[in-house]
Amino acid sequence: MSTDVVTPRPPRRSGRLIAPVGIGVAVMYMSIIVLIPMAALMGGAFDEGWAGFWDAITSDQAIAAVLLTVKLSLVVMLINAVMGTIIAWVLVRDRFVGRGFVNSLIDLPFALPTIVAGLTLLALYGPDGPVGINVAFTEAGIVLALLLVTMPFVVRSVQPVLLELDRDMEQAAASLGAGPLTIFRRIIFPNLMPAIIGGSGLAFSRALGEFGSLVLISGNIPFQDQMASFYIYSLIESGDRTAAAAVSVLLLTLSLAALLLLSALERWTSRHAR
Amino acid sequence: MFRSGRCRACVAAAIVALSVVIGLAAACSGDDDGITLVAYTTPREVYEELIPAFADGPAGEGVRVYQSYGPSGDQSRIVESGLDADVVALALEPDIMRLVDEGLVDADWAGGPTAGFVSNSVVVLAVRPGNPEGVRDWDDLLRDDIEVITPNPLTSGGAQWNVAAAYGAQLERGRTHEQALEYLAAMFANVDVQPKGSREALQIFRAGKGDVLIAYENEAITARQNGEEVDYVIPDETILIQNPIAVTSGSGNPAAAEAFVRHLLTPSSQGVFADKGYRPVLPSVLAEHAEAFPEPPGLFTIEDVGGWDDFRSDFFSSDGYMVDIFAGDAPGDRR
Amino acid sequence: MPAEAPAAAPRGDVTTIAPYRPPANRGATAARWGLRLAALGYVAAILLGPLALVFYNTFQSGFGEAWAAVTSPAALHALYLTILIALIAVPLNAVFGVAAALVLVRRRVPGRSLISALIDLPLALSPVVVGLSIVLVWGQDGWFGPATEATGVQVLFALPAMVLATIFVSLPFVVREVVPVLREVGSDQEEAASTLGAGAVQTFWRITLPAIRWGIIYGVVLTTARALGEYGAVRVVSGGIAEKTETMTLHVEERFQAFDYVAAYGSSMVLAILALVVVLAMNLLNRKGGGDGDHGH
Repeated sequence: MSTDVVTPRPPRRSGRLIAPVGIGVAVMYMSIIVLIPMAALMGGAFDEGWAGFWDAITSDQAIAAVLLTVKLSLVVMLINAVMGTIIAWVLVRDRFVGRGFVNSLIDLPFALPTIVAGLTLLALYGPDGPVGINVAFTEAGIVLALLLVTMPFVVRSVQPVLLELDRDMEQAAASLGAGPLTIFRRIIFPNLMPAIIGGSGLAFSRALGEFGSLVLISGNIPFQDQMASFYIYSLIESGDRTAAAAVSVLLLTLSLAALLLLSALERWTSRHAR
Repeated sequence: MFRSGRCRACVAAAIVALSVVIGLAAACSGDDDGITLVAYTTPREVYEELIPAFADGPAGEGVRVYQSYGPSGDQSRIVESGLDADVVALALEPDIMRLVDEGLVDADWAGGPTAGFVSNSVVVLAVRPGNPEGVRDWDDLLRDDIEVITPNPLTSGGAQWNVAAAYGAQLERGRTHEQALEYLAAMFANVDVQPKGSREALQIFRAGKGDVLIAYENEAITARQNGEEVDYVIPDETILIQNPIAVTSGSGNPAAAEAFVRHLLTPSSQGVFADKGYRPVLPSVLAEHAEAFPEPPGLFTIEDVGGWDDFRSDFFSSDGYMVDIFAGDAPGDRR
Repeated sequence: MPAEAPAAAPRGDVTTIAPYRPPANRGATAARWGLRLAALGYVAAILLGPLALVFYNTFQSGFGEAWAAVTSPAALHALYLTILIALIAVPLNAVFGVAAALVLVRRRVPGRSLISALIDLPLALSPVVVGLSIVLVWGQDGWFGPATEATGVQVLFALPAMVLATIFVSLPFVVREVVPVLREVGSDQEEAASTLGAGAVQTFWRITLPAIRWGIIYGVVLTTARALGEYGAVRVVSGGIAEKTETMTLHVEERFQAFDYVAAYGSSMVLAILALVVVLAMNLLNRKGGGDGDHGH
């Protein structure tokens, strides 16, 4: 046996600098890209003080736009909660030709540019559509577009949970005579609840700020079917950047509040899951 | 082995450096010998024909004309916000005046032979082929069975002409200011969709929505030439639309920019405007195309309804008549 | 009771688990078919159908016209611009992403959850708001606007602002994909290497990087997809000048507004094909053990 002793060398001097320099560069990057623009947004929103901010977010048009956006986003969230779970269920528990293909397809709305998503829906469900349905310039059209871009959230949130579910309880219940519906309702669903809620929250948050897919399909009439993102856009274009920033801050706050609320709900239900 | 680690670091660093360099190079690559035309949406087809003609001629040799089209107000504000434009061709004078106020356009821009205008038109009522609803004039727009489309005047210059036309037509017929406002409120009750700009409005009308589209004569003609099925009615009372054009004071290539504008005002270019449905600003060319462009008996201009400044502040400011009408209040409530 | 735990399959891989077979009865079969139809019908109606129609519409006027539309000078320049912006944004975000992940996982910096939240912020922001924030910084009345104007560099309505917007919206993906992998990998090997005298850089290149490489690759794929497909934020900060400041997505809209439907559908098809390639890459990589289900947009 060799009697050589391995003497650990102290780390090089240069190694000590890399971490702080790296962090410094990363911080600068974050600042230029995110922090400074966000600070400018906050600053811009309160450019005319609290009074200006309040006026901007309580103007009739702002209220109409935000209410409509929240309403339609809630509708989309609920539809996603149901359909997303069904799709996840079918993709995990069922077996059919092309299942892998459909599973891959679910990720497509993440990768598809929003303007293209809107265009595809307009092609099929617009005035030139072959199936005779025309939802262009209606709330239904907006909902349809939002459903497309938020499709993957609940599905991808529920799938992993379904995959990891312990089948023992289900099989035990089945052997004791419980029907599939009861099994789902009392065993499976409580375990899925947190994931459904989490995914729904992401879907809601995404729908709140959606813009690109709605550009071609929405009528954008003030007080009627104008979404918040379009109202902000029109404020930017008309030069009222303070109001635009104010409504943006409101929208962002709503989005974050929804995410916080739903993630708290998610934790609460996961604690109470059987 | 240690060396290969270094090499990989080199590669990564090189990629990042390359990215930054590409970025900077692209950012710093200034204009070539080109001018940028910032225009409103509708005259796209005209410029697409006139620009090659310009490039073929002696004045335009080697000059690339970059183009940006969008709603007139938006385009004006973008230039105001710093977009490098050489020539601005917008839908209505106030959009140029905004730039004059900022020092981006010289105050004497309207001093030329055509008072700064490059094309004219009139507001018409576009209808379905054969005019199945039998729309004849502005009062028909108040009918219960008629759905009207007009762009949002708060974002679109085109729609501001439309509102001015509708309002002024009432005055031309002898109605009072209050009655004219009532007319507007009643008419906008029949407006279901207000697109962002005139091009979008035409899209929507073409898509089957609405019975009447308040549009420019030139838009309707262009649509027809594109194979779209639209007819149009020139009401007896309507407004003369005058579209301004100007060279910016900060232009990087003023000689080429001015040559371009001069080119647009030659009889042959004005003839192209006429072919595409615009009323030429040169009287001689207009006379040549008199058949295509009948003069309505009650033709008036924006001056007849108070001039742009007053009209816009009365109608389109945040406490103006249009905001009242949109909110369903009586016009004048907010004042 | 047979202890048959389901195989721990990597996320997204749905082919290794046998389906739960309920007791065979007509109700169960009907339910299964009902669910299947609901799910597949939904996906077909909202996703597949519209996409297929656009593919069809593109070639309705013949292959030649579609090709001409997609290779027009404006379309080609838009493609070039889109790729250029991605070539700048993606490597920068990748490097930042790895650095940020290292900081978040391996170091005890104060305010880690705040930093993490800030990095995730782009996912909660409307693209219009992203564009607005950039206008507020680099516009004429903005924080840095007058300074850049003085130096003659055009930021807003030109390439730099479009790059900034794209970097902003595609920022979180590499970080989010690398962080869980870093955590899982653990720092044992790194510490061992350090004790044996390896420098920080050496440790990173030889130990850390190979361990997290699939997370990085997956994150880069997501970042690229986002960068190529961004619309709203770029729309706000771009001047819309054809052949100068139009990306592919802006070009699609512009052609649509100009009644040039063949070009609009054609360019959409190019973007959709790119998206499909990305989705394929995502799913292939998923099998290599990267990624979770949470991709914000």
